[in-house]
Amino acid sequence: MFKPVLLMNVDVPDGHLLATYLAGGGYQALAKALHEHTPDEIIDLVKQSNLRGRGGAGFPTGMKWSFVPTRADKPKYLCCNADEGEPGTFKDRIIMERDPHQLLEGLAISGYAIGAETAYVYIRGEYALAIRRLEQAIAEAHAKGYLGPRILGSDFNFVVHIHCGAGAYICGEETAMLDSLEGKRAQPRLKPPFPAVEGLYASPTVINNVETLACVPHIIARGPDWFRGIGPDKSPGPKLYCMSGQVRKPGLYELPMGIPLRELVQECAGGPLPGRKIKAVIPGGVSAPLIPASGLDVAMDFDSLAAAGSMLGSAGVIVIDDSACMVKVATRIIEFFHHESCGKCTPCREGLNWVVKVLRRVEAGQGGAGDLEQLEALCKGIFGNTFCALGDGAAMGLRAALTHFEHEFVAHIEARRCPFH
Amino acid sequence: MNMREKIEAAAARYPDQRSAIMPALLIAQKEYGHLPGPVLEEVADILDVERIWVYELATFYTLFHTEPVGMFHLQLCDNLSCMLRGSEDLLSHLEAVLGINRGDTTPDGLFTLSTVECLGACEMAPVMQLGDDYHGDLDIARIDALLDGLRAVTAQATGADFAASAPPGA
Repeated sequence: MFKPVLLMNVDVPDGHLLATYLAGGGYQALAKALHEHTPDEIIDLVKQSNLRGRGGAGFPTGMKWSFVPTRADKPKYLCCNADEGEPGTFKDRIIMERDPHQLLEGLAISGYAIGAETAYVYIRGEYALAIRRLEQAIAEAHAKGYLGPRILGSDFNFVVHIHCGAGAYICGEETAMLDSLEGKRAQPRLKPPFPAVEGLYASPTVINNVETLACVPHIIARGPDWFRGIGPDKSPGPKLYCMSGQVRKPGLYELPMGIPLRELVQECAGGPLPGRKIKAVIPGGVSAPLIPASGLDVAMDFDSLAAAGSMLGSAGVIVIDDSACMVKVATRIIEFFHHESCGKCTPCREGLNWVVKVLRRVEAGQGGAGDLEQLEALCKGIFGNTFCALGDGAAMGLRAALTHFEHEFVAHIEARRCPFH
Repeated sequence: MNMREKIEAAAARYPDQRSAIMPALLIAQKEYGHLPGPVLEEVADILDVERIWVYELATFYTLFHTEPVGMFHLQLCDNLSCMLRGSEDLLSHLEAVLGINRGDTTPDGLFTLSTVECLGACEMAPVMQLGDDYHGDLDIARIDALLDGLRAVTAQATGADFAASAPPGA
């Protein structure tokens, strides 16, 4: 039986307070890191753990850290991506609301590893409770010496600041987030240079997701072998799965990486609503291509989902049942991407505008011959032709809907109305 | 602390004043309710940054309002998880009982109704944000109870039934 790691404290009363966190062994990993390991050793331990970024891309965390130059004439920065805008995702909010010290301990250890003395946590502005709780946690940790100058008697100084976002999905893209932190409109940067070399204020910068950072204290406390022993070796660890949509028990579940999608949907989330059948599942937020009901035996890890033509992304699992119109689902997803396109790249900005127009007319029963070919041509024009993955996510999502549910699109065009309404 | 002091305290967290524009706008919006041109200029002056830098952020990020919003800003999520759990019916209901379309404010200035993209609380879909708070697992009865509660608060505060009161400026 798997015992929760990241969610250990979330249902404990006052789990957001320092006293509760300390009672559960909190900040012992930070003490161990500072007193028993050099920064390079911490990077090695995280490398050995095979921890991969939980924000969506799944990049190996230890390798990302090792790209930071050891000698630099500029200060280094650690940024935590807590913008969590991927529709269907709410895991980072729950960590910050109910166990913010877990994140702070992860930040402090990670800052020590890369040689950063300042961290910025970029939280989406809507998360008022998470912001309040994290502010309170920072103040408590400072007062007790877990943050601030010469932490726990070491030479390591570290401060954490909160930066509130203001409603822009694109800030989840790490270089757009850096521009936003610098007080600019959030638009992705051309890479290289990569942030590890030239990031915030043109200084070496590491950007990690909340859940990724929350894994770090556990790796230090229990060792990389323990972490690798959970789930698939190349994509291991405890994992948070956000279950939403048309299931009986939506909620946040923690299980090993690599659990079958079917088990998550049927057992954790309680299966479909009474009298309904599952039609499709989006496994990793709306950027992840949907999987038809016949494909639910896929394992929930980065490599298995990529092999199945989708992605783990943020593990925001959205379940769609047979009462839903897939044209409407696709339209709503593309409307979202169109709304959130930052406007920098023409294929994304203009292409998604056209995709929305065509999808809306098909959904309204006003589609015509050639519309599906038009959609495919637009996807081709967008995919791979933009600075960041926003346009790609939209194109991949639409292509999956067109591939698996072409009959629904055709039915709209032939019947000249939506068969579901 | 007054607004200037709050903005200066926020700016101290960054090596570059420009980074403080976003926090400053959030502070100013809390103070004034929305961000008209003169407020943007005040923010630029306090931080001693280019006015265009402030304008471009105020118009890029959706949480900044350059136009006035109602006393209660109902922000209903209509992204996929909420749509699959019935947010469209809730939107129709809200439009009917408030007598406005989404994006609009009631003539008495009490309610603004907006739809927003994913609020990151899909476990309680359909969900709506009101002020700092999330209201989840919504249905029509819960929406009605919430609106009744807001109207009661307002009626108590003004000593009048808001529904019977004249719109501001009338």
